[in-house]
Amino acid sequence: MAGAPEATGTGPVISARDVVVSYNGRRVLDGINLDVARGETMVLLGGSGSGKSTLLRQIIALEQPYSGQIFVNGVDLAKCTPKHLKKLRRSIGVAFQDGALFDSMSLEDNIALPLRELTRLPESTIRLMTWMKLAVVGLADYGKLSPRELSGGMRKRAAVARALSLDPEILVFDEPSAGLDPIVAAELDSLILGLKRAFNMTVVVVTHEMSSAFRIADRMAMLYKGSLIAVGAKEELQRSHNPYIRQFFDGIPDPIADSTAIDGHIQSYLKGGSL
Amino acid sequence: MSMSAVERLGSATLRHVEYVGGLAIQFRNALGSLLPTLPLIGNRNRWRSAVGQMLVVGVDAVPMVAIMAVCAGFILAMQGASELRRFGAMEFVIDLVTIGFTRELGPLLTAVAVSGRSGSAFSAEIGSMVVTEEIDALRTMGIDPTEFVLAPKFLAAMIMLPCLTIVSNACGILAGGLFMRISTGMSLGVYLEHAVHSMMLRDVMTGLVKSLAFATIIVHVGCLEGFRVRGGPDAVGRSATAAVVKSTFLVILADVGFTAIFYLTGAN
Repeated sequence: MAGAPEATGTGPVISARDVVVSYNGRRVLDGINLDVARGETMVLLGGSGSGKSTLLRQIIALEQPYSGQIFVNGVDLAKCTPKHLKKLRRSIGVAFQDGALFDSMSLEDNIALPLRELTRLPESTIRLMTWMKLAVVGLADYGKLSPRELSGGMRKRAAVARALSLDPEILVFDEPSAGLDPIVAAELDSLILGLKRAFNMTVVVVTHEMSSAFRIADRMAMLYKGSLIAVGAKEELQRSHNPYIRQFFDGIPDPIADSTAIDGHIQSYLKGGSL
Repeated sequence: MSMSAVERLGSATLRHVEYVGGLAIQFRNALGSLLPTLPLIGNRNRWRSAVGQMLVVGVDAVPMVAIMAVCAGFILAMQGASELRRFGAMEFVIDLVTIGFTRELGPLLTAVAVSGRSGSAFSAEIGSMVVTEEIDALRTMGIDPTEFVLAPKFLAAMIMLPCLTIVSNACGILAGGLFMRISTGMSLGVYLEHAVHSMMLRDVMTGLVKSLAFATIIVHVGCLEGFRVRGGPDAVGRSATAAVVKSTFLVILADVGFTAIFYLTGAN
């Protein structure tokens, strides 16, 4: 693990303890407690605005919680020196929702960037490693292209290749299936599973796509309005009687968005009334 | 009612103080990041990026800066001549143009041009990097965005703005010579001899010191506006506008300060 701070070995890789995040007095996360074990795939589920992306930003140290602690490999992120944090970040690879690739660089330069910036490896080794990472995600022939020239699915795979470039211990995905057709989404899920098997990584995925979640998850955590309402193996959550979990899993709309209500709004609009 | 006015004043004051504080923090971080950007001792990729920025900020701006300086030189000479002719003191047009440009117009016009061209480009570039999560990606990789994105622009502007100021000074003074040639038939050789005679090293140096300060303002305002973008593409557009407005305003404010200091401390 290039430059990863000393791991504690047996404990959870990621721990959140009483994490509270508030923006302008509004609590976005309210006392989150979550452990992610070494080598497991944890899927963070939740509707839009449930706080799952916010929790992810705490885990990858892009933001600090208002109160509570986040531990990665037993190290409290809030107590890290900038130097230590920099090292710790190298043990976490992040694949952003839209790839977050640099359009001004070719695909291979994007993948090589962390290696060029953070290691002293010779250029020939960097090129070889870059090619290997691209090959792992099936993009070995596309290295010279600009990210702009890639399809949505290819961009996401390229983002995975960049996340892998420093051989991280933890791989984090933000909405991997969003905006992809079901076939490409399934391919990306297979890639995630394959990577996990091959490199024995801990994987954290934020998503609201149920089919994808069930394909890749070992355990799931369900967020609702900033609180964790369920954590467990995917089978446990599937059997849950919690009304919100049932609604989420079965894709049932809220009464306000119910189709008969919407029909009513449309009819009153057509009759000249206001919505 | 009066309470709400006080509240508004208070919140506006806090906002401005916070903004200046943000600029100061960014400036301090950028100073630390300049060393790795330097050639030979620093990171090779960073220096390469700085050279690329120098082309964009400096070389590409030469035609615009030159044309602006020629126009301003002509304007200054014509305005001066219309008054000085009445006193039979046309040769003082040379002093007016030379001193006016080296002390004031050269650095100021250059800063306004670069602010419009590059200040807005910096904020739009960084703003779109924020929107597409590229800045977040850099941070998660353990790469400091200040060092990676801002420092090459800062170094490029610090080198190129004084160079552009010299170009501006030269073009402005030459435009004055052209005017004198047309209006009085004075040869360019005589004009330049006069101009060199009235040019003070101190004036040139204070102009260049100003241009360094203006470079700092333009880069830091442009980049801070970019880093503070929240939301979508419309926010990027707003940040580009804000970068030009704020940096031009701060450049003129700084110019007043510098000119006052130079005026009070001596030879002006």
